[in-house]
Amino acid sequence: MASKTRISRRTFTAGMGAAGIVAGTAPFNIISAQGAPLKVGVLLPRSGAQAGIGQDCQRGVDITAGLLKDLKLPTLQIMNGDTETNVEVARARAERLINEGAQLLVGAFDSGQSTAIAQVAEQKGIPYVINIAAAPPITEQGYKFVFRNFPTAPTILANAFENQIEIFKATGNAPKTAVFMHVNDTFGTAMQKGFTGTMARFADTPYKVLETIAYDGTARDLSVEVAKAKATNAEALVMVSRLNDAILITRELVKQRWSPKAVLSMGPGWYEDQYLKTLGKLGDGPMSFVPWYDPNKKLSKALEAALAKAHPGLNMNTNHVYTFEALLVAADAYKRAGSADPKALADAIRATNIKDNVSPGPGIQFDAKGQNAALKNSAIQNRGGKLVTIAPKEASNAKPEHPMKPYDKR
Amino acid sequence: MTTEVVLKIAISGVLTGLVYGLMALGLSVIFGVVRVVNFAHGEMMTIAMYLVIVFFSALGLDPLLMLVPISAVLFALGYLMQRAIINPFINRPEHSQFMLLVAVALIMVNALLLIFGPDSQGITTSYSFDSFDVGGIIIDAGKVYAAIAALIVAVALFSFFRLTLTGKAIRACADNYNGALVVGLDVKRLYSLTFGIGAACVGAAGTMLMIVTDVTPAIGPAYTLLAFVIVITGGLGSMPGAIVGGILIGLTEALGGFFFTPSAKTMFSFGILVLVLLFRPQGIMGRKTA
Repeated sequence: MASKTRISRRTFTAGMGAAGIVAGTAPFNIISAQGAPLKVGVLLPRSGAQAGIGQDCQRGVDITAGLLKDLKLPTLQIMNGDTETNVEVARARAERLINEGAQLLVGAFDSGQSTAIAQVAEQKGIPYVINIAAAPPITEQGYKFVFRNFPTAPTILANAFENQIEIFKATGNAPKTAVFMHVNDTFGTAMQKGFTGTMARFADTPYKVLETIAYDGTARDLSVEVAKAKATNAEALVMVSRLNDAILITRELVKQRWSPKAVLSMGPGWYEDQYLKTLGKLGDGPMSFVPWYDPNKKLSKALEAALAKAHPGLNMNTNHVYTFEALLVAADAYKRAGSADPKALADAIRATNIKDNVSPGPGIQFDAKGQNAALKNSAIQNRGGKLVTIAPKEASNAKPEHPMKPYDKR
Repeated sequence: MTTEVVLKIAISGVLTGLVYGLMALGLSVIFGVVRVVNFAHGEMMTIAMYLVIVFFSALGLDPLLMLVPISAVLFALGYLMQRAIINPFINRPEHSQFMLLVAVALIMVNALLLIFGPDSQGITTSYSFDSFDVGGIIIDAGKVYAAIAALIVAVALFSFFRLTLTGKAIRACADNYNGALVVGLDVKRLYSLTFGIGAACVGAAGTMLMIVTDVTPAIGPAYTLLAFVIVITGGLGSMPGAIVGGILIGLTEALGGFFFTPSAKTMFSFGILVLVLLFRPQGIMGRKTA
């Protein structure tokens, strides 16, 4: 049986009053959204083969809150996710974090894992700021919610050759031959693909590559790989590696009595604290051509101080810098968007223009693909268990030392 | 590419293979007697490796000196595991045993992760960076010491099973379970002893491996898989087969990696495994079952 609902004058007045209250308090909703912390899902390889590096990135997360406060940026509520160094787990964890309320994702150090997270973020329409991942295709898919403040493999390579040429000219001594060893994961393979083509563009590169050796980054023994490299009699060793393999390779260099004139690394591993701590004086000498930080920038000094306070004796590195900058991008965008609405956040990230930052170059801006194409890499060298920046000259704090001191003379 | 380099690679492969062989020997002994496939084998070895780290950090003890004490600790662990956890599962279906040992392996990995963290850890001894130059062939000193120690432990184990009454009793259990019961052997105790001996082998292998490599909690499953490849290649349950399998896998990985591509060296050991399964399913030194 249908019943007629009659709206009385009293009901109408009450309804209008309620509507007025809602309309009147609407601006406060926006303020309240701004006041609430932005929920950021931070996905990192906290366990598995890349756990050490994931934990290192986490140090960058841990020191961010205080710096954001100093910069008068909104608070972030960090939601941690462990990718277990596994692409499928990364995908599942990203979905779970979004389901649990994450309004923005950050991570995930590795290109394979970041690719999986980017797919989920795009599908769900949640902004994703990549901290570290260099494989170019991630920002070539036409994604609207994926942003990367980290150079792609071709940029890393191009900057590496520019910096090497600068260093060898400055020292007046250059290797004539090299052997190229690279890890066979997504990052290593992307770097290998770009290496030859990029090198051809730099006619001033002093060395020619005698052999390219791909290896398994999770291998327990790299003696065969090093023996094969040594057999080429190359003067320099060009590396794209991770941390554990960098340590294993250095040990093998010493044991197999091979001291190349230079170790030129275009990836992680050789500059990391665990490498320096494990190898002591044998860790000195390698040059790394990596996304780094400008030691002369104001925010770099603040970040260094925050890290030194939280982890005394730890060298600041790529992991801390780019994880911090990803969170900086998130907080800056949240402030400008004035809301946690995913589309508003993505639009704000696209319009990012941060001049006061840490990484070398003019600052943080994103192109139409969501890539910060203005980033510059640096060359750093291990010296007495510390790291110094040796190129480019405008963002350096030391002069290069080349050739490397032989292992048996230390 | 000179002959010296190839010889160096081959020697390195054989030396590494001997240590792998000792690790696989433990698995083979346990399976040969108790008929339980130890899916926690690699994880037990990582426990031994972390014990080396602990004793080295605390007391500065050389791994070669820790060989016997750590093997003893692993013996106790294996003995107790068999008594408390595995014995009740001896007569249960195989899949129950598999799941039990996979669960034990997962617990071990996560316990190590909680205690030691995820970072790779290693030790640096006085000879960690030493090598011998034998007629232009550079040989890793650490691998030589580790391989010699592995060989001594293997010979001691063979002697134990051949020459002692307990060893003969264990072999009797392996040959004829019912017969062993009929003649009054304490089979449960002998099973526990065997599991303990297998674990002690793993302890010795883990101690020696710390001379040449680092350890992370996550490395255990890879060693378990490697031990399976070696014992199946050498012959499941055959003690000499485990050593022969270890040398063969070590040599194949080294030479395959050198002549082809190092990134695919594991592929060569699996290739050997497939060939053995196709043409000699009982393994190189295994016995054909009726």
